[in-house]
Amino acid sequence: METPEQIRDRLLANFPGAGAVVVANPAPSAQHSIAIGPGRAREIATWLRDDPALRLDYCSNVTGVDWPEKEIIETVGTPAPDPAGGPAKTAEQKTKRIQPGCLEVVYHLYSMALRHGPVIIRLRTGNRTDQITLPSLTPVWRSCEFQEREVFDLFGVVFAGHPDLRRILMWDEFKDHPMRKDYVEPDDYEWEPTAHDKVLAKAKKHYPAEPAATGEATEGAKP
Amino acid sequence: MLGSGLIKGLAVTAKNLAGSFHDPARFVTTEYPEVKTKLPENYRNFPFLVSENADDPMGTLRCVACQICEKECPPQCIYIEKSKDKKPDAAGKMQLYPAVFDIDISVCMSCQICVEVCPFDAIKMDQVFEIATPDRFQPLLLDRNQLAKPNSYFHEVHPTEAAEVDARLTAERKAAEEKAKAAAAAKAAAPAKPAGAAPAPAAPPSTTPTKPAQAPDPGSRRGDEGSAEPSKPPPPAA
Amino acid sequence: MIASDPLSPLPGAHVHAVHDEFHGDLLEVSMGPHHPSTHGVFRMMVTLDGETVVKLKPVFGYLHRNHEKLGENTTYLGSMPYTDRLDYLCSMTNNWAYALAVEKLAGQAVPERAEYVRVILAELTRLLNHTCLAGFLLQDCGASGTPLMYAFREREKILDLFESLSGSRMMCNYQRFGGCRVDPPPAWLEAASRLVDGYNAFLDEYEALLTGNEILMARTQGVGRLSAALAVSAGITGPMLRAAGVAYDIRKVDAYGIYPRFDFRVPLGDHGDTYDRYMIRVLEMRESIKILQRALHELPAGPIMDPKAKLRGFRPKPGEAYGRIEGPKGEIGFYLISDGGPNPYRYRVRAPSFVNLTILEDLCRGHTVADAVIILGSIDIVLGEVDR
Repeated sequence: METPEQIRDRLLANFPGAGAVVVANPAPSAQHSIAIGPGRAREIATWLRDDPALRLDYCSNVTGVDWPEKEIIETVGTPAPDPAGGPAKTAEQKTKRIQPGCLEVVYHLYSMALRHGPVIIRLRTGNRTDQITLPSLTPVWRSCEFQEREVFDLFGVVFAGHPDLRRILMWDEFKDHPMRKDYVEPDDYEWEPTAHDKVLAKAKKHYPAEPAATGEATEGAKP
Repeated sequence: MLGSGLIKGLAVTAKNLAGSFHDPARFVTTEYPEVKTKLPENYRNFPFLVSENADDPMGTLRCVACQICEKECPPQCIYIEKSKDKKPDAAGKMQLYPAVFDIDISVCMSCQICVEVCPFDAIKMDQVFEIATPDRFQPLLLDRNQLAKPNSYFHEVHPTEAAEVDARLTAERKAAEEKAKAAAAAKAAAPAKPAGAAPAPAAPPSTTPTKPAQAPDPGSRRGDEGSAEPSKPPPPAA
Repeated sequence: MIASDPLSPLPGAHVHAVHDEFHGDLLEVSMGPHHPSTHGVFRMMVTLDGETVVKLKPVFGYLHRNHEKLGENTTYLGSMPYTDRLDYLCSMTNNWAYALAVEKLAGQAVPERAEYVRVILAELTRLLNHTCLAGFLLQDCGASGTPLMYAFREREKILDLFESLSGSRMMCNYQRFGGCRVDPPPAWLEAASRLVDGYNAFLDEYEALLTGNEILMARTQGVGRLSAALAVSAGITGPMLRAAGVAYDIRKVDAYGIYPRFDFRVPLGDHGDTYDRYMIRVLEMRESIKILQRALHELPAGPIMDPKAKLRGFRPKPGEAYGRIEGPKGEIGFYLISDGGPNPYRYRVRAPSFVNLTILEDLCRGHTVADAVIILGSIDIVLGEVDR
């Protein structure tokens, strides 16, 4: 089977300007992926499915990933010569920049005809707020139907061209998208006797005088 | 002949029906609760704390409140509060003990991870499952008095595992004692050394687990030494 | 309580009549979520023209526990007991798929004895699952309990084996990253050998009861035909795919673990109907017995867990991995993204039942509502992994 670099080169040859970048995977699994621009993703997917050397006819897994905004602080050190003639001091300059967040959809493709795989492709949205539309690959691989609905339900990515895009795991009237990193759970707390960390913080808000959940209180009370 | 498949099937049913009168393999119902099935030794339900001595369960708990089980528990059902003072453990070393040790068994999923990560063999899996209660909150929160059971009980429910744990702990204690004796002998044999010159031939740290604040060696865990828990064979599967 | 009017609500059914000019009245029936034949809390909104299914929309999510978010908030080891509860009938294979994905992520090696034990337990799980399915399929057909109880009687023996090995019948929590938790003692291996040797006799008796049965054949042959092209496009895997005629078994394709050492065949179906799906599973059980006999015979001595494997403080380096195995229901895969911390950054379960449900409507269209129940039964879903 071809390496991701070879696939990318052929892809760019067939779809110039499509924007395909190999995303290296540092883990020992060495499963590198190809990030594709959403513009011509459906044509590229059809090509991946029908190309005689690849024949990726089986889309095994569609995953949504939430990459929130990250603040990256870069430190640049510029050596400044010491006027007194001593060793040069390094003046450090810190620049902050915000790496914009996005929602990402990862497709794991295998070939049942040629029995190889996986070829992993990634589609990224513009940001996490208003540019959240990606082309749906359900017309290419029917297995994406339910899985894209799940990514829509849990992450909020809108798939253009999906035959039936509605929530699948949460109920239809549910608001918000639970798998996002900034999801806030509804305030429906129930008392937990062995609360820890975040749950304990919630308990303290709800029950200002915490109930005595210590051993001494229940001495002698056998279950 | 039409219906021959059906007749063959009915013959199988007849064989099972007739067999259920004399063949235990065909009639597998046990009339619980009058007759109880024997559970395998490895069967686990909820955890319990091991105390060395049945006469003083709270004073001889093996637990030193290191809170490793609390951190590793996936549903976070263990709640531990360390004591303020220290008590001598079975080897004579001063250790903290748990002032509060609660397990919420309505949350516990019997996964046994607390048992696997405990470096002190202080928490083990129990086998009691007939513990239904009408109230779902307080009676399902077991405190350390309800959780503590003596080592003799541990031998009753898990004989092979208890034997292996006891053997290992006595071996460790013996090794620690001998090291301490050797260190004391070495110290006694060099009385002329001026105080404060070189550091005294310090007794090497005992091999029994020390302060709970130090995370114990992650390599010392149950289950990775080949012969972990040999069990009794399951009921005859004829 | 039940009125004489035929359209009045029967207990358990929500009935809503829709008037369609071309077809007359179409009836929209909601089957489930509380339903004895839907294999869990599963709901089907079925639109009927008389008894024929015109439209079918599956509705699920009633067992959604947001397992994937739990995975992000729990350590890698802590997620292992949660994987038991995905496909709660086959916990050993769920554990193995997760352990495989983490081992790929961290580059963790597994000793040979552990690989053999994993194969033994996975094939026992396959026997367990297919036996269970045969029983439930017949139950859905209306054979009120006899085949189901015979199947469960045999299944109990396998569950007893699991209990004496891992401590629990279904929630085994047995695989670890780098091996298995407990080393099977010789007594257990003997008991397993005896069970496996007796299983062919059980299958012969079970087939005598079922396979030539005219009623079963009349109800399942020609029902719910799945074409190979649709199966591949819809991402169907497992016995359902092979019943449609596509020779794709991940044990042969990916050659994970030590499966290349075993000589077993992959049965294929000709018609892709419900009867084929049932027969494929029976044939797969016979192949599993062959694998088991060989594995139990050849099990080498050695460590059950890699000595360098870490139980606590396990922090794989940043990266990602997708690990999949041929579970009894199809391809079960785990996709993990690590950011170097103790918890995964993204933890995704690729559940076979979830994807296999894609074509439920296609299979049921044109058949009667009674066939819809049998088709659902032959797809073999477990809501624990559909909803996660």
